[in-house]
Amino acid sequence: MADRRLLETWVSGTEEPDAMPTDEGAQEMGVQESGYRFREQLGAVVTDDYLYEEEVSEDERMIINMGPQHPSTHGVLRLQLELEGEMIKRCRPVIGYLHTGMEKTAETLTYMQGPTNVTRMDYLAPLHNELVYSLATEQLLEVEVPPRAAAIRVLMTELNRVSSHLVALATNGMDIGAISMMMYGFRERELILAFFEKTTGLRMNHNYIRPGGVAADLPPGWRKDVKQILKTIPKRLVQYDDLLKENPIWLARTQGVGVITAEECRAYSITGPILRATGVDWDLRKVFPYSGIGQYEFDVPVGAHGDVYDRYRVRVEEIIQSLRIIEQVADMMPSGDFRVSDRKVTPPPRARIDESMEALIHHFKIFTEGFRAPPGETYAAIESPRGELGCYLVSDGGGKPWRCHIRAPSFYNLQALPVMLAESMVADTIATIASLDPVMGDVDR
Amino acid sequence: MARRSQPGNLVTTTIDWAARWAQTQSMWPATFGLACCAIEMMATGTAHHDLARFGMEVFRASPRQADLMIVAGRVSQKMAPVLRQVYDQMPEPKWVISMGACASTGGMFNNYALVQGVDQVVPVDMYVPGCPPGPQSLMHGILTLQRQIMSGEKVTV
Amino acid sequence: MPENPVLEPVMERFPDARWGVSDRETLVDVDRYQLADLATACRDAGFEMCVDITAVDFYRKRRTRFQVVVNLLSHQHRQRLRITTGVPANDPVVPSLSSVYPGAGFPEREVYDLFGITFEGHPDLTRILMPDDWEGHPLRKDYSVGSVPVRFKDSPQVV
Repeated sequence: MADRRLLETWVSGTEEPDAMPTDEGAQEMGVQESGYRFREQLGAVVTDDYLYEEEVSEDERMIINMGPQHPSTHGVLRLQLELEGEMIKRCRPVIGYLHTGMEKTAETLTYMQGPTNVTRMDYLAPLHNELVYSLATEQLLEVEVPPRAAAIRVLMTELNRVSSHLVALATNGMDIGAISMMMYGFRERELILAFFEKTTGLRMNHNYIRPGGVAADLPPGWRKDVKQILKTIPKRLVQYDDLLKENPIWLARTQGVGVITAEECRAYSITGPILRATGVDWDLRKVFPYSGIGQYEFDVPVGAHGDVYDRYRVRVEEIIQSLRIIEQVADMMPSGDFRVSDRKVTPPPRARIDESMEALIHHFKIFTEGFRAPPGETYAAIESPRGELGCYLVSDGGGKPWRCHIRAPSFYNLQALPVMLAESMVADTIATIASLDPVMGDVDR
Repeated sequence: MARRSQPGNLVTTTIDWAARWAQTQSMWPATFGLACCAIEMMATGTAHHDLARFGMEVFRASPRQADLMIVAGRVSQKMAPVLRQVYDQMPEPKWVISMGACASTGGMFNNYALVQGVDQVVPVDMYVPGCPPGPQSLMHGILTLQRQIMSGEKVTV
Repeated sequence: MPENPVLEPVMERFPDARWGVSDRETLVDVDRYQLADLATACRDAGFEMCVDITAVDFYRKRRTRFQVVVNLLSHQHRQRLRITTGVPANDPVVPSLSSVYPGAGFPEREVYDLFGITFEGHPDLTRILMPDDWEGHPLRKDYSVGSVPVRFKDSPQVV
C-alpha cells in the first residue's frame, strides 16, 4: 500500500517528475477494495507472540513500543508496533494505564452521587456522561423530566460537543505539526468553558446533569453568552478552514491515511464520526432521539472515504450542526421547572427547608440515603462526540446501582486501530490516533 | 543577592544564586498528562492562559530534557512503575508537581485501581488542589515552586 | 413471543430461548451453549453490530451467579437486541463471539479481566485493564473495593 502516498519524495534540485501528481482522486486511491483488510484481520487479533514469519529475517523486522508516556498517544495509550522498515506490519494497543475502577466505585455511590463519578470518565465530554447515566436512572425510575430540563440538557451537551470537537481538531493539528490549530482550538474552547463555569461552577467534571433534571437553572444572562458563542465560533471556523482545508501538507498527511470501510466499522463496533466518515448516515440523535432532540432541525454530516481527512471534515461539519441546534434551543427554551416535580427524586426547594422540619428531613434523606430504584436492568445510549455512549444499569431495588457499566465509545474505536494501521507508514500512526480522538479515561474507566 | 558594583558593566553574585536563577527561569516541564488534569495543563500552555509568560511553555516529550514533572491526573497501579521510571530518567535537579486531587490523594477514587497519592511513588514538591485545578491554580502552583527554588527552600542538588 | 418480523426466523430456530420485549429493545435469555449460534443467527438476520458485551455478578442474589450481557444493534432495521445468558460460578465459561463479531475482542477481554469469565475460542484472552500479574477479578462482588482509610492529620486514630 506504499503507492497510496500522494506525492513522490521530491528533493529540490533534482529533476521534476514528468507528470506532477495532482490531489485529484487522491482519496479514492486510498480506499481499498471493500473488505480487503477486514478479511485479513478477521479472527486474527494481533498478538504479541513476537514470532517472526519464516521468510522474513530478523534484521528487517523491529518491534517498538510507543507509549505509555508519549506526547501524541493522547494520554497513556501504549502501542506495540511491529515494523518492517517504515511499514507497520502488526500493531497491538495495550491499554489499562488509566484504569480507575470507576465501575466499582459506582456501586458504592447512590444514584444521586453517580454523575460525580461518571463525569470523570470521558473528561472531554463530561456532560454526555452525566446525561447517559441520568437517562438510565430515569428509565429505571420511570420518570420523565420536564421540557425545560430536557432543553437545558440538549443545550449543554451540544455546547460540550463543540468544545470536545475543538479539542479533537486542536490535538489532531498539533500531532501533525500544525501548532497554530492547537492554539486556535484551545482558544475557542475557553469561550465555551467560561459559559460552563458560569452555569455549573466548574470548567470540567461538572456534575450538572443529575437524575431528575439538572442541578441548577441557567444563570441570568445566559442567552447573551450563548449568542456570543454562536457569533464567534462560525467566524473562527472559517479561520480553521483557511488554515487546513486546502493546506497541501495537511492534505498529504491526512488524505488516504488510516482508511477504514463501513463494513469494517460495523464489524468492529465503531460509532461516531469515524463511522460517519465512511459514509454511513448513523446518528443516535436522529435514530433513537433522546431528551427531545428530535424536535430540532439538524443534518448528519457524512464523509465518503473513511480516512483521516474525512473525519476532520465530519468534525468541523458537526460543530456547525451543533451550533444550529444550540441556536434553536436558545430560541425555543421553554419555561418551567428544571427538575421533576416527583418528590422522591427531587430535593425540596431551599426556602421550604427553612420553614418545614419535614422538608429538612426529606432533604437530608435524599442526600444521605438517596432514593431507591425498582429492580430491573436498563440500557440507555446517546451520541457522544466519540460515538455511542451507553449506560447499562442494574438495580436490585436498593439505593445504589448493583452494576453500572458504561459502554465507552473510545474503547471500541481503539480496537480497530490495528485495522487502520496495517500496512501503513509509521508516521501515519500519529495522524490516525489523533483522528480517532480517543480519551483514555473513557477507554480505561 | 545580586549586587551591581559601581563602576562599569560588572555584576557580582554568588554561583549558588546564579544557578538557582537559571534553574527557575527556564523550567522545562515533562509532558506527563494522565487524565482530566492533562487537558487543563494543555489549556494552561496554550494561547489563552499562556504559560510562556513564565518561561516554561516548552513541554518536553523526553524526560531527559525536562526538570519539572507535572503529574496531571490519576495514577493507576499499572502506571505507577512507568511514572517512577520517567522520574528516574529526568536529570537532577528535578521537581515534581502533583496536580489535582487524584494525583495528590487518590481523590474521590478510593479503590483498588489507583495509587492513593503520587507521593507514594515519587517525592512531591508542590500539591495543586482542585478537580481539575484551573489553569490559574496550576500557574499559582508553578510560580510558588519557582519562588521557593529562588529562595533556596527547594534545592535538590 | 414478541411480534418482530426481523427476528422471526431466529425465534423459530431458538424456541427454547426466553424472548421478551421492553420499550427500547428486544430481550432474549439463552442457554450459554447456544450463545454463539444465536449471535450468528442474529447477525445473519441483520444485527450487524455488537454494541457492547458486559457481565453482572449476582452474588448471593441468583442461583447462577454471573450473567453475560450482549447488546446488538441493527443499522438497517434500527433495532436493538439484548442477549443475556447465565453463567454458573463453578464453571465460568462462555463461547466467544469474536469470530462472529471481531469487535467483541476487547470487551470480552475486559469481562475476563474484571469478572474472571473465560470466553472459549477467543484468540487472545489476556488481562486488558489490570496489570498482567494482578490477582483476583475486581468487579466481582466478593472482591473488596480496596479503599484505604483516610487519615486526617489531627484525628486521634493516627498512630
